[in-house]
Amino acid sequence: MSDAIKQATLEYATRLGDDSVVLGHRISEWVSYGPFLEEDIAYGNVALDYIGRARMYYTYAAELADDGRTEDDFAYMRSDRDYRNLLLMEMPRGDFAYSQVRQLFADVYATVMLPELLKSKDETLAAIAAKAIKETKYHLRRSRDWVLRLGDGTEESHKRTQKAVDQLWGYTHELFDMDETEQLLADNGIGVDVSKLRDAWHAMVSSILTEATITVPEDSWAVRGGRTGYHTENLGHMLTEMQIVHRSHPGCQW
Amino acid sequence: MNEISLMPEEQYQRLQQRNAADVKELWDLLDQVKDPEVPVLSIWDLGILRDIERIVEGEGERILITITPTYSGCPAMDNISTDVKKALNEAGYPDVTVKMSLSPAWSSEWMSPEGRKNLRAYGIAPPEDADLDEDGLTPDAHAQCPHCSSRNTRRISEFGSTACKALFQCNDCNEPFDYFKKI
Ligand SMILES: [Zn+2]
Repeated sequence: MSDAIKQATLEYATRLGDDSVVLGHRISEWVSYGPFLEEDIAYGNVALDYIGRARMYYTYAAELADDGRTEDDFAYMRSDRDYRNLLLMEMPRGDFAYSQVRQLFADVYATVMLPELLKSKDETLAAIAAKAIKETKYHLRRSRDWVLRLGDGTEESHKRTQKAVDQLWGYTHELFDMDETEQLLADNGIGVDVSKLRDAWHAMVSSILTEATITVPEDSWAVRGGRTGYHTENLGHMLTEMQIVHRSHPGCQW
Repeated sequence: MNEISLMPEEQYQRLQQRNAADVKELWDLLDQVKDPEVPVLSIWDLGILRDIERIVEGEGERILITITPTYSGCPAMDNISTDVKKALNEAGYPDVTVKMSLSPAWSSEWMSPEGRKNLRAYGIAPPEDADLDEDGLTPDAHAQCPHCSSRNTRRISEFGSTACKALFQCNDCNEPFDYFKKI
């Protein structure tokens, strides 16, 4: 592996790890607040899948960095400006409709992105994709069912679902942005060219939203910045909570 | 009567690997390590014990164990690593390394026939006790009840007590039960 490729792969694995840990943590905030027990458990399980993915990506990043850092250093010892997750993942929990709409956007994204990552020449990235694909089928079925149920539900649940879609839509454009790092990896058959995936994502999301009697928004605004470390205020607050135990007791094992 | 075994290819390969290994006694030894969340399944039964190697280094030797997680977020993996090391240490193997491998991704096909039987007896429906839906996912009904064998059952949650299971309820005996998902 050339040095440039190795550095880019390290950055890429970190980005994917950041997406996973941030979304995983956000989902875990629902534990004990779910609308009923089974749903509470389901959300906890999805959170674990994402945190598990983050561990695999970070472990790989640490291996490539080869500077003594571990997966924990990547998750707990970096500040918000160092995080490279997509902004969609860090948006707050909101109400249940808001979380499920974000989940649907993320699950469809995983559904179109992971099969491409599975083709990666990088064996570790392809192996992580292989595991995640199997889990994503279950995640998508659940978020899709909820969006259908809420969108095509009561007047109140419909209103909240539409509001969530309208509020989150502007954060989805960033999902398909490429930069030099990711382009280099895509050109070398290691990373995914996400700019080619928007049509497939849009088609799948639109069809689910339409079935849920939700209006698909126009592309009127877009927020970007996650991949360059410019985050919304939400991430800093989330990381404070996520990192405090580790930072207060460095090196503690139990 | 002679029974013709219709063992799936994956299981056959695993069994061959175990029987042919020069470390067969170590495979046997590790049968005592159970999944902490489903204590009737050994890590062999579950199919997460992938390989055992004995590496000779100078005077001593090192045991290298390879395990693979069922689901990415399986919280039991750290426990299982500790249990594997403990079992081998106590049997006189001080130098043990447990390695996690991700590829090939775990498949419920790797579960042993004994494991499937034990699961059912424990009250968990094994993967083959439900017919998957057209998307290849857990169906919303008709997983076989491990208590009364009825097929008149319905899914009440996509995720059970752990990510690897879904929750069903039997309409005949009314008992809720976990179904071990096929992946
Ligand atoms: Zn029953």
